[in-house]
Formats: sequence, C-alpha cells, structure tokens
Amino acid sequence: MTARTIQVETLARVEGESSLYIKMAGERVADVKLKIYEPPRFFEAFLRGRHYSEAPDIAARICGICPIAYQMSAVHAIERALGVKPEPIIRLLRRLFYCGEWIESHALHIFMLHAPDFLGYADLIAMAADHRELVEKALRLKKIGNRIVSLLGGREIHPISAAVGGFYKVPTNAQLLALVPDLEWALQVSVETVQWTKGLEFPSFEQDYEFVALRHPDEYPLNEGRLVSNRGMDIDAAEYEDHFTELHVKHSNALQSVVRGRGSYLVGPLARFSLNFEKLPKAAQEAALSAGLKPPVKNPFRSIVVRAVELVFACSEALRIISEYEPPAVPRSDTPNRAGVGQAITEAPRGILYHRYAFNERGLILTAKIVPPTSQNLRRIEDDLREYATQLVAWPQAEATWKCEQAVRNYDPCISCATHFLKVRIDRETE
Amino acid sequence: MLILCCGNPDRGDDAAGILVAERLKELSIDTQVCTGEPSVLLQQWDGAHDVLLIDAVVTGSPAGTIHVWNASRTRLPPQPSESTHGFGVALAIELARKLGSLPERLRVCGIEAGNFDLGAKPSAAIQKAVEDLADRIAAECSHQSQDSLPVLL
Repeated sequence: MTARTIQVETLARVEGESSLYIKMAGERVADVKLKIYEPPRFFEAFLRGRHYSEAPDIAARICGICPIAYQMSAVHAIERALGVKPEPIIRLLRRLFYCGEWIESHALHIFMLHAPDFLGYADLIAMAADHRELVEKALRLKKIGNRIVSLLGGREIHPISAAVGGFYKVPTNAQLLALVPDLEWALQVSVETVQWTKGLEFPSFEQDYEFVALRHPDEYPLNEGRLVSNRGMDIDAAEYEDHFTELHVKHSNALQSVVRGRGSYLVGPLARFSLNFEKLPKAAQEAALSAGLKPPVKNPFRSIVVRAVELVFACSEALRIISEYEPPAVPRSDTPNRAGVGQAITEAPRGILYHRYAFNERGLILTAKIVPPTSQNLRRIEDDLREYATQLVAWPQAEATWKCEQAVRNYDPCISCATHFLKVRIDRETE
Repeated sequence: MLILCCGNPDRGDDAAGILVAERLKELSIDTQVCTGEPSVLLQQWDGAHDVLLIDAVVTGSPAGTIHVWNASRTRLPPQPSESTHGFGVALAIELARKLGSLPERLRVCGIEAGNFDLGAKPSAAIQKAVEDLADRIAAECSHQSQDSLPVLL
C-alpha cells in the first residue's frame, strides 16, 4: 500500500497561523492534525483583577476581524451578572453594530479568502488581475461594514464605544440615514453574490453534523437566544459548561471543544442557517431558495453560498434597524459594583462565542472564560478532513493539498481567536 | 502630498510610522495615521495623486536604516506571511496596482525595525531614524512650496 503525507507548511488565506498534516496509508487516512503553533495568548488571565467595565475593550483585542463579537459577548455576560437590561434601542444598536462586523467579515472571506479556491487562483492579487469587478465589490462591501463599525464603535478595528449598559456615544439619525444608499447597494450586491456563488463547483461531500447555534423566537440570531442543536440540545448560556468541554491535544495551542459524551460539532453559518432558516428576512430566504439552498446544508464547501445569504440578512437587518432608529435619551445606563457571575453567547461571524465572568463586590474580575468559535470548530475541521481526504487518495499531491486547504477555509477559521496560519502536509505510506 | 503613517505603538520598533507622524505634527505638517489594513488604506489614498507612506519594515538591514521605494514603479519586497495577519501595506499596493487605483505617485518610506516585542520601547536607532526621516520630509515639504525637486526620491 502506498503511503503519503500532505503537509501545508503555511496555509494561506486564514486568520492566524497554523499548519496541517495528513497521513494517508493506501485508501485510508491514518492521521490528521490541524497544528496550531501560535503561542497561547492568556487573555483570560489578563482580565483577572480588572474592573468589569474594562472587559469589553480588553476582550476585543483578541481579534482584529471580529472584535465586536468579543465586545458583545462580554457586555451581555456582565450585564447578566449585574441584572442590568439595557433599553430596547440599545439592543437594536448592538444588532446594527454586529451587522457591520458580519458584512466586513463575510465580504472578506467570500471574496478575498475563499473565492480564489473556487476560481483556481493562489491568492487575491492573482485573482484581481482577472476578476477586477469582484475585488472592487468586495472592497466596497467591506468599506460599508467598516463605516457601520466606525460610526457605532469610534473606529474600524478594535472599536472603543461599546460599554456595559450601552454605548459611550450613540449616532444621530442623520448619521445612520447617511448609510442607507450604501446599504441598499450592498443588499443588491449580496443578492447577486448568492447567485454568483451558487454557480461555483462544489465537491460532493456531506457530513452528518451536530449543528449548534443560537435560536431566538423572533429573529435570526446575533446577540441573544437559547443555544440549540439538531441533536436535541436546548439550553441557556448559563448551562453551556455543563454540555461542552474543552480538551487539550498535543499538536495544538488552541483547545478543542466537544459536546460532552458526543464529540465534535459545527458552529457558524451552516449551523445558523440550518437551525434558523425560517427566521431569515424574506429577501434572504428568497435568495437562498433561488440558489437551491434549503436547510439543512450538510456540504461544508457550500458555506460560501450560506455566507452570501447571511450578507443579504446583515444588509436587510441593518436597513430595518436604521429605519426604526430614534436616539436613546441616554446612551448608557449606570451600572453598579456588585459581586456576580454571568455568562453569554453571541453569534460571531464564524459561530458562537461564549464568555463567562465572575467578579467581586468591587466589580473586579475574579475569573474569565472565553470559548471562541474556531476552538469549537477545530475538532470538526479535523473530522471533515479525515473523511474528505479519503476522496483524494488517488489525486496528485498538489491538487490534494489544495483541496485540503480549501476544506479548512470552509470554516473561515480565526486561529488568532483560538489562540491564533496554516501549513499542510499529506504523508502517503505503502502498506 | 498625502502622508500616511502606519504602525503599532505597543510593539517596539513597529511604532516607527506613528512616531514620524508625531514628529511631523510638531513641525506643523499634516499626516494621517492608519493601521495598514488594505481596504482602509485603499480608501485613504483614494483620489490622492502624491502619497508618501511610512511604516516599519524588515529587510535584513541594520535597525534604523531608512529605505525609500517608488511603489508606483516597482513592487515592494515580498512579505513572508500569507495569513490575513500579513495583509498589509504591500498587499494593498499590489492590489491597487492590479485594480488600476494606485496613486500616480506613491513612495514608501520604510524604517528598518529590529524588535517587535509587546510593550517594548522603540530602540535608540529607530528614534534617530524617525528624527532623520521627519527632517527629510519637512525639507521636501518646504522645497515643494518653492517648486523645488523632492528630497526623498
């Protein structure tokens, strides 16, 4: 039997740094390791001893792509611990803030990181030479997401305005209305993007995933909801640690999260779409159905289409919120110093992000726990590769390696969040 | 001339671009500070004809060496990283070149950095290079007003 190794030393077009090792022994995949070698970042330890009001800004520093997710999970967990419930308009503004991040992040991944895989280009620059219009659309979409984040957060990267109890500063009606023409363009382009992505070529590969996502009774999930799965899970954020555990594996500086007693699970666009399709706005549902996309979507390569559907959602939702906006009387309610423990889960672009904080009567953080979406998907990515690589046994090395990298990028992994680039190695062995 | 200064004040010598911005401010010369994120950079120089971009660089030269590249004519040296962490100035420039949106004149001033440790202070060599580069830019700005030839390149 022939054995070979697929190894990507530096997997490109992912957020952060890691490598991939796959060992094939004849028809069998003997070993898969997504090696996360970036050093641990110790954010949970940095947070200890700091006042809870500092947590949203410190946690946001974990990621330059999804800082808002960190701010949102932090403020919700802390507000739960304090028993504080912000005004409904603050809740809406937080959803709008999150829509900005989803637009930025999904546009980046669809067009700049994932599209080159489907179109056969090594990178964005090579793709830009032949697909100028596509890259220009991506840049403009990202710019629109940046504008929302900048307006609500004070700046595009690591925003600074989100606070426990509200925002330090809120926008005026005129400032939000100025976003409308751009968002209307973005909505149209997002619908076109769903149509464009449906025409891409997808490998025939489906898995029986345990999808895990938030579910809210009235809306597509962002900030709130119960955590549900297609295996019967229906829990509050406070019960998260009873149902999930993080495991350390030798080859990874990021922990791998599993469902207790079951194993790997999938979070992110496929899970949200499969568990919440009926909560999407009509425009997004129609775009999905016209692309032949119905829940559940079990082919991870189709995640690029689902992300485009979520772009439609984010643009529609942003427009809806702006149309209903009236500035609050006060941007932020005062919050007390008191001892407490609070947990929250919100939907980062890549999937659920869990935070738990415990603080003392002076509001100083005693313990913090953060489980990012990529940690939750890591074991699932390895499981996908273990199955998918069996289809690639007879493939030439270069093509097999490319496809394995693409399979990792299906998840838009943010390795920086999970600790923190990717190298792939496929070993082939003769038995 | 639009002067864009990139850098991270919390990562040792990576603060070089930011320090140049601060020095130029003292000399009453306007600059824009930026993160170097490509989509933002492309927005920042949109419509500008003459752009000077300042950032810390690593080429293997001694720390504090000042490099000047005419990026409208030549590619910058390749970057080692392929993750989005490496999505920076060089990617923005090459992307703009492919899209035909590169400013007519784009010069990149790189200050060779040696230390990117978290929380570290910029080295003495970097601080001296910051002063030297700021003086050269100030000289060019004053010459420009007299329609003289540029000092930098």
